[in-house]
Amino acid sequence: MTRVVVVGAGPAGIAAADVLSRAAVEVTLIDEAERPGGQYHRAPASGLQLDMRRLLDAAHASYAAFHAQAASVCARVDYRPATLVWGVHGRAVHLAARGFAQSVGYDALVLATGATDRVMPLPGWTLPGVFTLGGAQAVLKDQGCLIGRRVVFCGSSPLLYLAAVQYLRAGGKVAAVIDTTRFAEKLRALPDMLAAPGVLGQGLRHMAALKRRGVPILHGATIDAFEGKARVSAVRCTSPDSAPLRVACDAVAYGHGLRPETQLAELAGCTLRFDPVQRVHVPETDPDGRAGHAIYVAGDGGSIGGGQAAAVSGRLAAAAALHDLGLAADVDVAASRASLARLRRFQKGVAAAFRWPGERAAALDDAVILCRCENVTVGEVRAAIALQDGVADVNRAKAATRCGMGRCQGRFCGAGLAEVAAACVGGHDHGRDRLRVQTPIKPLPMALAGDLSP
Amino acid sequence: MSGTDAGVAIVGGGLVGCMIAYALRQRRRSVIVLERGHVGGESSGVSFGSLRLQGQHEAELPLALRAQALWETIEAETGESVEFRRHGHVHLALDAEQQARLERNARNARAHGLDVTLLDRDEALGRWPFLGGQVVGASFSTRDAVVNPRLVAPAVARAARRLGATIQEGVEIIAAEHDGVRFRLHGRTADGAVRSVTAETLVNAAGAWAGTLAAWFGETIPLFPAGPAELVTEPIPAFVAPVMHVVDGSILFRQTERGNVVIGGHPRMRVDAATRTARVPPDKILTNLARLVALVPRLRAHQVIRSWTGIEGYVEDMMPVLGPSISTPGLFHACAFSGHGLQLGPAAAAAIAELIVEGTTTMPIAPFDIRRFYVSGQPRTLSLAEEFQPDVLAQAAPPSRARPSS
Amino acid sequence: MTGPSGPPAAAPEGTPSAILHRVAAFDTPLLRFTLDGRPMQARQGESVLAAILCHAGHLRRHECSGEPRAGFCLMGACQDCWVWFGPGERGRACTTPVADGMQVSTSPDPPA
Ligand SMILES: Cc1cc2nc3c(=O)[nH]c(=O)nc-3n(C[C@H](O)[C@H](O)[C@H](O)COP(=O)(O)OP(=O)(O)OC[C@H]3O[C@@H](n4cnc5c(N)ncnc54)[C@H](O)[C@@H]3O)c2cc1C
Ligand SMILES: Cc1cc2nc3c(=O)[nH]c(=O)nc-3n(C[C@H](O)[C@H](O)[C@H](O)COP(=O)(O)OP(=O)(O)OC[C@H]3O[C@@H](n4cnc5c(N)ncnc54)[C@H](O)[C@@H]3O)c2cc1C
Ligand code: FES
Repeated sequence: MTRVVVVGAGPAGIAAADVLSRAAVEVTLIDEAERPGGQYHRAPASGLQLDMRRLLDAAHASYAAFHAQAASVCARVDYRPATLVWGVHGRAVHLAARGFAQSVGYDALVLATGATDRVMPLPGWTLPGVFTLGGAQAVLKDQGCLIGRRVVFCGSSPLLYLAAVQYLRAGGKVAAVIDTTRFAEKLRALPDMLAAPGVLGQGLRHMAALKRRGVPILHGATIDAFEGKARVSAVRCTSPDSAPLRVACDAVAYGHGLRPETQLAELAGCTLRFDPVQRVHVPETDPDGRAGHAIYVAGDGGSIGGGQAAAVSGRLAAAAALHDLGLAADVDVAASRASLARLRRFQKGVAAAFRWPGERAAALDDAVILCRCENVTVGEVRAAIALQDGVADVNRAKAATRCGMGRCQGRFCGAGLAEVAAACVGGHDHGRDRLRVQTPIKPLPMALAGDLSP
Repeated sequence: MSGTDAGVAIVGGGLVGCMIAYALRQRRRSVIVLERGHVGGESSGVSFGSLRLQGQHEAELPLALRAQALWETIEAETGESVEFRRHGHVHLALDAEQQARLERNARNARAHGLDVTLLDRDEALGRWPFLGGQVVGASFSTRDAVVNPRLVAPAVARAARRLGATIQEGVEIIAAEHDGVRFRLHGRTADGAVRSVTAETLVNAAGAWAGTLAAWFGETIPLFPAGPAELVTEPIPAFVAPVMHVVDGSILFRQTERGNVVIGGHPRMRVDAATRTARVPPDKILTNLARLVALVPRLRAHQVIRSWTGIEGYVEDMMPVLGPSISTPGLFHACAFSGHGLQLGPAAAAAIAELIVEGTTTMPIAPFDIRRFYVSGQPRTLSLAEEFQPDVLAQAAPPSRARPSS
Repeated sequence: MTGPSGPPAAAPEGTPSAILHRVAAFDTPLLRFTLDGRPMQARQGESVLAAILCHAGHLRRHECSGEPRAGFCLMGACQDCWVWFGPGERGRACTTPVADGMQVSTSPDPPA
């Protein structure tokens, strides 16, 4: 029988698997996490007494609806939690689960792999207590822990406000929200963001709630450094309407939006293109997510779009896969396309309102660590680029310096590296270069291969 | 530069092309290197990094030893660190047949003045206690070394430039001919601009693509592309200094100074030289990991973080083609390094530079003459099944025995 | 590769040097594990990272710089939370639940 493999059990993957499970195909749903949910609908570890209703407030209804759907989908398909897809080759995905390797062949592959935080390297970003914005939310939802007692939320993302509000709801203190984008930029993006007035309204309510609780919010600030000795103790920043500031804290949640996890698509042979709005690389697809090579991309892994867009794109990708297999899908394709277009327009607004501060790379001090895995500094990368005749090729800079060669394989230095490299040659074609991917997409234990010893 | 004229034009800016340019500038010849991508961007930049002497074919050992002497001064010569480290090389035998091979190799090596020590099983396990129970014996050669391949070709290119060489990156040569007086090269940049170069002398250092250039001059080099699979682990506390290498090539590894373990393992894989894409399939990764863990059980808890391969040009006898063309005076080949061009590079480059400038060379390159492909009964055909996956050999064209007219 | 490797300073849960601050409890069985030889407790379902960082100021020291690190992404992507789980096992602290009897070691060298 025809097999469709779905990677990712977030909103996109569950929506896709739901559609697929109603067609005459065998569905295998693979997710690295222990439980379905992905980022947006991440659920507590079992036995954790976390009051999700209080934490999510108005968003709890969609959380509960998602998990009801996910439970029913996972029961209907071949669901493999805690399973990493580490390679794609010859129409098969290669898996690692609890120390064992396996491969599963597919006739169509839906990639709903989501995204991770995009960060700009900064002085002090390797200090204990500095975490990604997504991480700050993840450890709260998954483990019932706050990353500190007085937390600064900083960067540029609508999730800054959401996460800060959730920390307040969970009993934490928020030292400040430091937003690197200006309020005026947000106003300018309003027409696009009005495409999804509900989501926009939610964001505004979060800002208001923080103000009511007396949380200082800085707009248009520049983050200069995370300070501290063995642990972060302050964020130093400059705001357009005040003198340089030092905000005391014991933890920092930090991020500039998200970057799609495109590694599997790249290994499968899909073309990646630079999205000038989001300023990230995404797989080239048609509006329904077709990426060629029997690959269908949905959710944040295809285009950063938020939870609702992920679910809609998951349905569309599943419908496209079924269509290409000559099967019918129970999806209103026209309505889904219209709704996705509207949500994408909103995201375009979000991307403009919460801009990636790529231009900041030029001002970074040479001593700043750019690659946290390999401990490579900005200065080392600049020196390597100067030696390569000023050619800003990031893969060459990587070969010369090891930046991007460590365990995370460039996930967290890649965006900064592209900007540092571009800045070396005058910012031309700014940040468009990217590190190439290879198998495995995450570290693999050697014992996985099994034992050959006599 | 449309219409550059040079004394010597070198097609290919890998290690070999760059080293030839450097050697020619030392001899004050005007030289231009034309490289499609960037310097060291192909085989030279992705190799395992082993400068191995022991186990080299007898015909190659004299040249390999000359190359090693040049490697030993590379950092002084270029003024840069290329992470040259002389920690030796260990060949391991896992059965009696492999043990016999070690002994044969050791005899060969000693006949050429290379110091190789044979160790029995207990000695080997005593010295390298991380080795698992499969090992039956070992041979250790102290003069063998390693280098960081990612750093080498760029460093040599910079040194050549300092001496006045022109190195043009981003120029692909798409055709070339000899007009009776000079070579004419037709090049193209990635954005479609035309570049032409004329030169008195032409060097074919085009790596796995050298067969194409040879064909423009009516010569056949029965070159086929393949890629050795490489893996690398997370950094691990230092546990091994020399390169460890099962003598059949089924598994080899070394540890970098940072602590990462680099792992290779034959047979080599099929790669696409035309589209220049090559990846290590997941099954191959698992096979090589299983072999490594069987050999070094303590590594089983560690993690592998990346794989890669590259596009290398091989010929059936696994020996380079070095020396003058037989069809076209003024054309020289330096290619078909068959998996050990990193080690041979400096001596190969010296040989070509001497041939161009002095008309003769002190380097022992007689066995590498292109004529060997036209003599019936030649070249030696090795048992290649150990070296290559069957799909690689299937695409290797049988050598033409017809000699081109000069 | 040599790097300083000191065990993270352990302090009772909730003391200022602990990175994480627990706001919801587990109602699951108590598990015992060791952290660099010292006995510790955790609840079933707790990640190794949470179990350590609710008591300690860092998770490991960087292989080259020796700087303390406490993870970064908390979702299995950055790989900055690697520890030993016992003599033959290593992995990410943030995505691995504590198992009873685990011998967690934060040193780059395998535990004896
Ligand atoms: C922490 C965080 C909080 C967010 N909160 C909100 C919010 O409140 N509202 C909103 O609209 N958006 C939010 N977002 C944006 C969010 O990413 C999307 O809205 C949504 O989760 C995207 O859904 P998805 O299905 O595309 O991917 P995800 O939800 O990210 O799911 C991807 C899944 O794929 C799995 N996966 C990835 N790679 C592999 C692999 N190789 N092998 C196996 N499994 C794999 C992951 O484990 C994950 O479960 C948040 C993002 C983050 C990072
Ligand atoms: C994975 C791997 C591991 C290896 N390990 C070792 C090892 O441990 N020890 C060892 O000694 N050897 C090793 N080798 C072999 C060694 O790397 C090569 O033999 C050596 O680098 C060859 O150098 P080169 O300059 O001839 O080729 P290359 O580095 O391939 O350079 C040839 C250059 O020519 C350019 N070119 C080709 N055609 C054109 C054209 N028409 N116009 C312009 N430019 C052109 C290409 O872009 C390329 O850069 C390994 C090879 C690989 C792939
Ligand atoms: S903290 Fe990033 S992988 Fe664990």
